[in-house]
Parts: sequence; C-alpha cells; structure tokens
Amino acid sequence: MMKRDKALEIIARQYPDGIVVAVYQTAFDWLAIRPHPLNYVGVGAMGQASSHALGLALGRPDRKVVVLDGDGSLLMNLGTLVTVAQAGPPNLIHFVSYNGTYEVNGRYPIPGGGAIDFCALARAAGYSRTYHFSEIEDLAERIPDVFAGAGPVFAVLEVETGIEYPRDFSIIHSPDMRRTFHQALKQLASK
Amino acid sequence: MHGESTDHPAPGPLKGTSIISALKHAGVKFVAALPDIVTCDSVLWPLTSDPDLKLVTVCKEDEGVSICTGLSYCEQRAVLLMQHTGFLDSINAIRAIALEYGHPVVMIVGLQGMEPDREPRHSNQYGIQILEPILEAMGMDYGLLTHDEDTQAIVPIIEKAYARSRPYTFLVARSPD
Repeated sequence: MMKRDKALEIIARQYPDGIVVAVYQTAFDWLAIRPHPLNYVGVGAMGQASSHALGLALGRPDRKVVVLDGDGSLLMNLGTLVTVAQAGPPNLIHFVSYNGTYEVNGRYPIPGGGAIDFCALARAAGYSRTYHFSEIEDLAERIPDVFAGAGPVFAVLEVETGIEYPRDFSIIHSPDMRRTFHQALKQLASK
Repeated sequence: MHGESTDHPAPGPLKGTSIISALKHAGVKFVAALPDIVTCDSVLWPLTSDPDLKLVTVCKEDEGVSICTGLSYCEQRAVLLMQHTGFLDSINAIRAIALEYGHPVVMIVGLQGMEPDREPRHSNQYGIQILEPILEAMGMDYGLLTHDEDTQAIVPIIEKAYARSRPYTFLVARSPD
C-alpha cells in the first residue's frame, strides 16, 4: 500500500507541467503537490473526471492528458471505460486512486470494497495498457513506462491516506481556476 | 430567451440533413451521442459516415456533457445528441457543469413519444410535459425544432452559446425526415 501523497509526488516528477484533471481528495493533494495553471479540478459532478479528460484529449491530441480519478468516482461512471476505449485517444492516461472508500464523504466503503479488479474492467473495456501499483518503489520504477507510448492507458494506485492536504471546495469550484486553466491551455503551443 | 419559439407559418417538414448542415455551418466538429429514437435514423446514422463531424458515442448522456465541456476548453465546438430521457438522467451534470460553471454545452434532445399535434408541455407523456418547466426552472435557454425553418436558428444560437459560454437546449419535437 502506498501513501497517496508519495504516489502523487512520483507522478508530478514524471509529469511536471502537463494537463491534469483531478478529483476530490486527490485534487486537493495534487494542487498542493503540483500547483500549476494546467490543473483542471472543476469537474462539477462526481464521476465525470474521465469524461472531461476525454474531451480535452480529443481536443488537444498533441498533448498528453492525465486524469487522477477516484475509485468511488469511477464506479459512478463505469461506462466511461468503454467510451474512452472506443474513442481511443492515444494521449490519455487514466489513474485511479483505489482506497476502497468514499474518502471525502465520510470514508464509507465503496460497493465491492477492496475486491474490485479495476484493471480487469479497463482491459475488458479496451484500454490498450493497464498497470496496478501497490508499492511505491514499483511505481517509481515503472512510471516512465506508463507515460511512454500510446494510450489510452489505465493505472490503479492502491493507496492509503498520507499527508492529507486541506479540503477547500471553494478552490475546486472557483471560476478563477477554470479561467486560469483556459488561458493556460490557449497559450500551450501545439506540438 | 426562455421558451423562445422558432415556429414559422407554412412550415416544411424537419429534415435531418438541415440539422447536420446547420451544425457544420456553426463550426461544430464533434457530436457526442447516445441513440435517440427521434433522431437516430435521420441524424445519428448519417453522422457515422460524415467525414466533417467526429462522432463520440457515449454509454450515458452525462458523459457527453463533460466531453463537450472538455472540448470547449480546446476551442472545439461540439453538441450532445440524446433523447429527453437522457436529458432527465443527466440533470445533475447539466446543472453543475453547464449552468453553474457556465460552459457552452449545446444539447439536441429528441422528445420520444411526442404527439405531432401538441405542444410539449401539453403532451400526454409525463416525461415530456415536465421538460420545459424544468428547463425554465434551471434557467436554461431552449427552443423547439419542429419544422425545417426552425433549423435556421441553429447557427446563431450556437454562435451565441459559445460567445457567452452558456448552454442551450434544442428540443426536437418531430422525427426529422
């Protein structure tokens, strides 16, 4: 089991300045670990992160788009795995923090608890590559692999709470965050 | 603009080709869709072989709200094509992403089971009766596509939606030819 903040730090080192869509506690942690104008945290409705990311990936095929999803969130929009796989954006990398709970909503267990094989679901849906990380050393070693080559890629991060950064929902929902992201994306030169 | 009517006298039958042509003239490049019995034959099937519009088939309609939003950040125009049942199912995403956040999510919503001689709010179908009141309660701009002349409104409405970063809902009240 990895501490989530440590796992996010590894992703941030691998991907210091690209587009990232993040949700709930992962979003709060990510904003602290990698503050950047290309952070997209206003997904509006639970479960929708990967769908926003798909739109971004289709709209900017020249750039990688990373989504930092949650297990409860993904369960709320499980069909997204099939939608993403069918659209097949090679530039989309879909991480899921798997801790088996609705962490922000009272730490209540998700349906299926700790027994869901999200990688199997993603493979069956048609993701081109899947990874499951439960040890920080393994993540550190193989993270370049995750980002190399064509996607859509799916990676489970089996995590427990590490440093828990403050939950400021006003930031997540703020128009300023959305404006900042939009401006940064406009200025992001085409590759 | 709530409930604005796009009806005209001496109307011609609504055509799927007119809807598709208007979308292209409005600069739309992507259509997120889940099959809707009203528009499936005349709009969705033709889109599958249209080289100018990229079709993204979704498993659930609220995905399309977010996909259109993500595309809008990339300066790419999109519409979401769905049945009114899918609209009803997606209200939370529409509420938050399209209306509260203010994104240009343009939806084309087929009214399944709509009687040809009635207005939507007087339909015998409960799910259709409640649509316009719901749209009005949400503060959503909307209009009807009933006759072919109504499709002339599509381009300026989409232009305006993107210029203002606000959503819009077209209700398709007749199966297009």
